[in-house]
Amino acid sequence: MNWKTLLLTTIKPLLLSGAVVLSPMHMVHAESVGEPEKEELKFGFIKLTDMAPIAIAYENGYFEDEGLYVTIQAQANWKVLLNGVIDGTLDGAHMLAGQPIAATMGYGTKAHIITPFSMDLNGNAITVSNSTWQKMRPNIPKMADGRPVHPIKADALKPVVEQLKAEGKPFKMGMVFPVSTHNYELRYWLAAGGIHPGFYAPHKGDTSGQIDAQALLSVTPPPQMPSTMEAGTIHGYCVGEPWNQQAVFKNIGVPVVTDYEIWKDNPEKVFGITAEFAKKYPNTTIRLTRALIRAAKWLDDNNNANRPAAVKILSQSNYVGADYEVIANSMTGTFEYEKGDKREVPDFNVFFRYNATYPYYSDAIWYLTQMRRWGQISSDKSDEWYKELARKVYRPDIYRKAAESLIADKVVAANQFPNFSTETGFKPPQKHFIDDVVYDGKQPNAYLEKFSIGLKQGQKL
Amino acid sequence: MRATTVNVASKTIAEQVVNTVKSSVIKVSDILMLPAIGISLFLFLWSMTAQNIHTSLGEFPGPRAVMTQFSALYEEHQVTREKAAAFYERQEKRNQAKLAKDPEYTPKIRAYTGKETFIDQIITSLVTVTCGFLVAAFLAIPMGIAMGLNRGFNLAFNPIVQVFKPVSPLAWLPLVTMVVSALYVSDDPLLSKSFLTSMFTVTLCSLWPMLINTSMGVAAINSDLINVSKVLRLGTFTHIRKIVLPASMPMIFTGMRLSFGVAWMVLIAAEMLAQNPGLGKFVWDEFQNGSSDSLARIMAAVVVIGFIGFLLDRMMLFLQRQVSWDKSSVNA
Repeated sequence: MNWKTLLLTTIKPLLLSGAVVLSPMHMVHAESVGEPEKEELKFGFIKLTDMAPIAIAYENGYFEDEGLYVTIQAQANWKVLLNGVIDGTLDGAHMLAGQPIAATMGYGTKAHIITPFSMDLNGNAITVSNSTWQKMRPNIPKMADGRPVHPIKADALKPVVEQLKAEGKPFKMGMVFPVSTHNYELRYWLAAGGIHPGFYAPHKGDTSGQIDAQALLSVTPPPQMPSTMEAGTIHGYCVGEPWNQQAVFKNIGVPVVTDYEIWKDNPEKVFGITAEFAKKYPNTTIRLTRALIRAAKWLDDNNNANRPAAVKILSQSNYVGADYEVIANSMTGTFEYEKGDKREVPDFNVFFRYNATYPYYSDAIWYLTQMRRWGQISSDKSDEWYKELARKVYRPDIYRKAAESLIADKVVAANQFPNFSTETGFKPPQKHFIDDVVYDGKQPNAYLEKFSIGLKQGQKL
Repeated sequence: MRATTVNVASKTIAEQVVNTVKSSVIKVSDILMLPAIGISLFLFLWSMTAQNIHTSLGEFPGPRAVMTQFSALYEEHQVTREKAAAFYERQEKRNQAKLAKDPEYTPKIRAYTGKETFIDQIITSLVTVTCGFLVAAFLAIPMGIAMGLNRGFNLAFNPIVQVFKPVSPLAWLPLVTMVVSALYVSDDPLLSKSFLTSMFTVTLCSLWPMLINTSMGVAAINSDLINVSKVLRLGTFTHIRKIVLPASMPMIFTGMRLSFGVAWMVLIAAEMLAQNPGLGKFVWDEFQNGSSDSLARIMAAVVVIGFIGFLLDRMMLFLQRQVSWDKSSVNA
């Protein structure tokens, strides 16, 4: 056999198998992970900028690299989305961190939902209507140039709420879902300023969350927040982007505080799938986690250098669909409070750095403590119960397999991930809350004792 | 004498010519001029009013903004088509690679996973409305014939028809959604649930005009025809086929035309709520997006919806004229 035939016999199968090996889109091969059991997948999302990892994994071809053919579909609201995942219409979805936890616990629809991937940190804000802002403004300390000092605490809002109450009018705010990050952040912020956001009493059939409330909170789907506030139905809301920046652009309200200021680097959305899906399709689960990790990394690479490109994708009508400028305002490291008062918040959206994608048990437990604090968990639970439930929902084991295969494939360096051999899944006690209360995920019950407003050990409504 | 006759004759000819010219001028002005004036007046008023309506999403879109969106939508359509082509190419290559690795593998071509374009959505809407309408016709016409033939049957069911007729699609939709999700369970569904939900909602709302018109048409058949059938001792089915159907055809088609109009109106609302990827979903998505182009895009969809509705109506009218022996009963 001369060299020519040798060359041909080696090249021919390569040519036949197409240019796959040569094209840059397909540089990544998951050699260490088996073929996906299910190749056609349908993922749901809500029109918010933090769905970005899913959009990027699709647009950059990361899903296809894993042999996954993914269709991405916007959902009308969080309940529809969760039901879609439960009944199998959707294979997975962009979820509120509280959703898999509440579903597994059986608060609302009961279903065992897990998450192998945390989607982002921060990214929410609280916006109030223009008239509320005008009344709040005198109570806020000013800087030398006349702009208000941030973070703004709910202390400034309290006189407004009291005045309304004296006039016999209710003070109403919107949040996106009873077990949403936004609900807990809004409650945290209000309670830290001495405004009671109300208790839930599910054992008595009261799931409105307005028992003893000074501020009445109710559910509104994110994209409808600005128009609902404009109509005067609510005085303010807590929601993800771009719906706070939208209020600034539309001149209908003023964002007063970001969740970065309420709790620095708080976990936000997760990617939720059913436990059954993960069990039935283990390779698919690892592969989709790999694609999402790569997307998150791309979003944060080189100090957010890819963000403008990401914003362009997100502004397409099939993803978030808001104007480029509106989305860019918060995605590119700035945040506009009052019109013209644009400040640097480089970590407003974090997708990958600070191990943002790793599903920490302590994050799950924080949500559980807030569910207990506001009565969604109606009776006392042991510290062990909290940890047990967190382990059932948060699945760092799947994340680890995906991450290690990415390290083996030399796509992501090992130092970009937590040290898996020592990682316990519990972050060290976290200090940066707006009310300076320290959170230690290993002691949920002790943490609950630290709040002046909220249910405590032994208390039942 | 003679000269005057000629004069009179030439006068009449001249008059006739003038008259024909006049009437054809009137015809031209009827068909082209007046609508053109009406449309340009409308466009003028539209753009004037639009400038003065300021929403939180910017100015209300005028005709120009809508035109811009039409071309933007078409451009998006072409870009998506190119992306789809690239998608199929990549898939083909990936399948071959997989086949090379594992000869047992049966390659499968999946449909493009990207977004639907405006044109895809128009097609989805047309397919959905046609299916819903055909199901309705399939149910309503036999039932209408039965009700028209049998007075007892008519008296028994008329109250039900009268009560369900005015029900809005929005009231039916949640029920239809739940029933479809409960009954239509399959691992690899051929039709999506949102499609079925929208389709059946359309069926439920477009059933009634057809049903009522058919039964009225059948009940009003000339008694001479009925007598002929009786004399000939025609069997029930022959009677229906030879006498009832031909005689009531104009009324049935009038009902069908009304129903199709209702179906198209209902469809948009149904698609919005069921999230069937047609024009209704397009409008809803754009409303949710709240970008500065959203209103203009919705307005573009409104124009398209109206135009398609008009064309569908003309199509039905054409069919109605073709089958009708009583041309005077058919009005535009």
